[in-house]
Amino acid sequence: MDVRDKLTVLADAAKYDASCASSGSKTTRPGSTIGSTEGMGICHSYTPDGRCVSLLKILLTNYCIYDCQYCVNRISSDTPRARFTVDEVVSLTMEFYKRNYIEGLFLSSGIIQTSDYTMEQLIAVAKKLRTEQRYGGYIHLKTIPNASQSLIEEAGLWADRLSVNIELPTEGDLYKLAPEKKKPQIEGAMAGIRNKIDETKQEQKAGFKPPRFTPAGQSTQMIVGATDTPDVEVLKTASQLYSLQNLRRVYYSAYSPIPHADARLPGQSPPLVREHRLYQADWLIRFYGFDASEIVAEADQNLSLDIDPKLAWSLANRHYFPVDVNKASREELLRVPGIGARNVKRILNIRRFQSLASGDMKKLRVAWNRAKFFVLTADHNPALLNLDKLDLRAKAKPKTKQLLLFDAASSALSGEV
Amino acid sequence: MQSIHVDTFDDWRDAARRLLASGVSPTDVQWIGGAERSLFDDAPSPTAAEHGGRGTTPSVPKAFLELARYVACHRESGRWSLLYRTLWRLTHGERHLLQVTTDDDVHQLMQMRKGVSRDIHKMKAFVRFRKLETGGAEEQFVAWHRPDHRIVRLAAPFFARRFGGMHWSILTPDESVTWDQTSLHYGPGVPASEAPNQDALEDLWKAYYASIFNPARVKVAAMKREMPVRHWPTLPEATLIDDLLRQAPARADAMIQTNEGFAETAAHFMPERGDLVSLRLAAANCRACPLHQCATQTVFGEGSPSARIVLVGEQPGDREDIQGHPFVGPAGKLLDEALKHAGIERREVYITNVVKHFKFKETETPRGKRRLHQKPDSREIYACRPWLEAELAAIGPQVIVCLGATAAQALFGRDFAITKDRGNVMRTDWCDITIATWHPAAILRMQDASRQTQMRTQLVEDLTSVK
Ligand code: SF4
Repeated sequence: MDVRDKLTVLADAAKYDASCASSGSKTTRPGSTIGSTEGMGICHSYTPDGRCVSLLKILLTNYCIYDCQYCVNRISSDTPRARFTVDEVVSLTMEFYKRNYIEGLFLSSGIIQTSDYTMEQLIAVAKKLRTEQRYGGYIHLKTIPNASQSLIEEAGLWADRLSVNIELPTEGDLYKLAPEKKKPQIEGAMAGIRNKIDETKQEQKAGFKPPRFTPAGQSTQMIVGATDTPDVEVLKTASQLYSLQNLRRVYYSAYSPIPHADARLPGQSPPLVREHRLYQADWLIRFYGFDASEIVAEADQNLSLDIDPKLAWSLANRHYFPVDVNKASREELLRVPGIGARNVKRILNIRRFQSLASGDMKKLRVAWNRAKFFVLTADHNPALLNLDKLDLRAKAKPKTKQLLLFDAASSALSGEV
Repeated sequence: MQSIHVDTFDDWRDAARRLLASGVSPTDVQWIGGAERSLFDDAPSPTAAEHGGRGTTPSVPKAFLELARYVACHRESGRWSLLYRTLWRLTHGERHLLQVTTDDDVHQLMQMRKGVSRDIHKMKAFVRFRKLETGGAEEQFVAWHRPDHRIVRLAAPFFARRFGGMHWSILTPDESVTWDQTSLHYGPGVPASEAPNQDALEDLWKAYYASIFNPARVKVAAMKREMPVRHWPTLPEATLIDDLLRQAPARADAMIQTNEGFAETAAHFMPERGDLVSLRLAAANCRACPLHQCATQTVFGEGSPSARIVLVGEQPGDREDIQGHPFVGPAGKLLDEALKHAGIERREVYITNVVKHFKFKETETPRGKRRLHQKPDSREIYACRPWLEAELAAIGPQVIVCLGATAAQALFGRDFAITKDRGNVMRTDWCDITIATWHPAAILRMQDASRQTQMRTQLVEDLTSVK
């Protein structure tokens, strides 16, 4: 099999991975001659699925001794198999990078021989890129489940980011679908990385120059929809990971089970939109001060699919409104549907000098169609009369479904609402 | 009314500083853009502008100069007068003007800066270097790119940082820039026809692009929003888009083939109550994997509900399938014998299989049709395992004996090797004493007579050891 064929198989196998961001490392590694990391990542291309191509996202191999049921690389799957050599991955990364096709490498792998052996191979790629090629670009390694702590620590020396996949939202889900993976082990690996990051930071503060350790932090991926675990559990797990393990990102990847012939259209609205809603909710938790349990208001413990989580929360908490854009606090403004964090900042700036009327809000490009039902402005805002009407939900709901799917495509980048 | 000619940001800044010092109001100036070639010839840093005014002009917020540097690169011809008007307002009582983003002038400036920033970002993203086949020792890379605005000098330092160890040039219609691994050199614009038109790597890149695309999620509008069609001519991968879209439905179907059915396991057919009677009834209707289609019936486990020992085989065979009971055929006879030798009563134990339906291939033989046993694959084992787990949970045995590799792998994981670990006592999630031994059918299939005798003996020994 030549490199091209391997690339075809091993990129295809990686296309299910949701992680895409290449941001987070603010400074480039000293001594590198090719490659830089500058805080904000760059999407170098887009595929017709609307997702960006910023990294060379491949598997070292898609052979795997495990049989996780949500994964196409499981041993029982009859998917075509291939395996790259370390040198092949190094050379592909360098050649693609030099032509400005990519922002870096995202490498993961199925498990061959043993977890440690596989992890060593991933490390070999990263190490070679750094030491022999003097490559300073972004590297994200996905750690191998059950690999030993010392190997994970070594990986962190060469990589900008490590991710330990939590895989499924709850321990019960793991037991059902990936019995070889155990939650305590997964969280242990995360905690190991977190401790090492904290240690490095402390040394830096104390004036030492410790070796770089995953300067872009760690992230994780969760498969959603492979079991019937509701969104509230998904978000609780995510919030815990953010606070306990200090993760930079949780990626959600919608699984579309296709048990019956009539559902033969994967990627249809339910799983994709659910993924999008989770990113939005995740955003609200990280940047807007919401709590997982208050965001999920529906009786079935799932996010509403037809409206965004902030709007859903607002409809369920109408007593909180109206919020006066000229007087409200930052926290209050952040809770208004259709007004994002950037606009909250602008509003706070502007109102130091003049008060804001609804025309100004439109100029700021807030989603006025949603926001108007919830805010007091300097002028008369007739839409406010609907605040306690029963049909408010229908009125505030976005008109087209198309738009929703449009947003869903890019929501892994930001779930901003 | 004065008319002022400006080409570059520096021209504008000098003129603006002069006009401001002499109190010329924006309504009295007409700004005329010139040939507009290179914008930043010997551009000093923006802060130098603040200090160059000899104290005659009022100080200007630093943020404004930065903004102006960006806006100056915009192609909109009204930019110079807009900048001057804003400068005037900033220095005539509206010092905080830039904060008021709802102000018309500020809003327009912000929009222009956004356009320029986005264009710079797109240049960083969409420049595609091609390697020149020079034959020299040094690799040379050249790209042709068409930005919307005059941003080459704003974007070039990024490429110098990123590709410091390379020789490269970026050509645009307005201006070109070359990096010699030490400094940036600017030159005139270059038409696309003069740029290299291929690179051997592009084939690999396209292969990657095509494979990383998920055909189950076609979102063309989203793609076009982020990757405007006007950039496509310089992106090698863009030539694939039409084909990819055309093939998407077929590829999505193929994805379904590899994924299909995995959502379904016996767990979907579990009864509410977990006792053996309810389980047996429910299992009779299990359709979690395709095996139920050809088999006669579900062959569920049998034996004492309070058994101390549970024996787990692979799956029912031809006789079992017809009669509906486990281990009733030739292999069952052999097992009965071995149990007797080990001093275990069959009715004291519980006997079951990892997979509850018979899997076979029908073949013609001289004596008519025969159903040949086939090994279950891991998909079927996985789908069926919830029954086994439920049986074990209901019984809570003290000993589990796995008969054969399939049963052992289902319980110990797939790297279990029966030849190596036969007879060893291991701990599992279900009980402390779990062992694996030969499957009676494997003994019957053994051609070598002495080996067969040895295996029989070992089976009896293993059973005796857990008695
Ligand atoms: S270990 Fe990873 S690659 Fe292997 S089957 Fe499980 S999820 Fe798939």
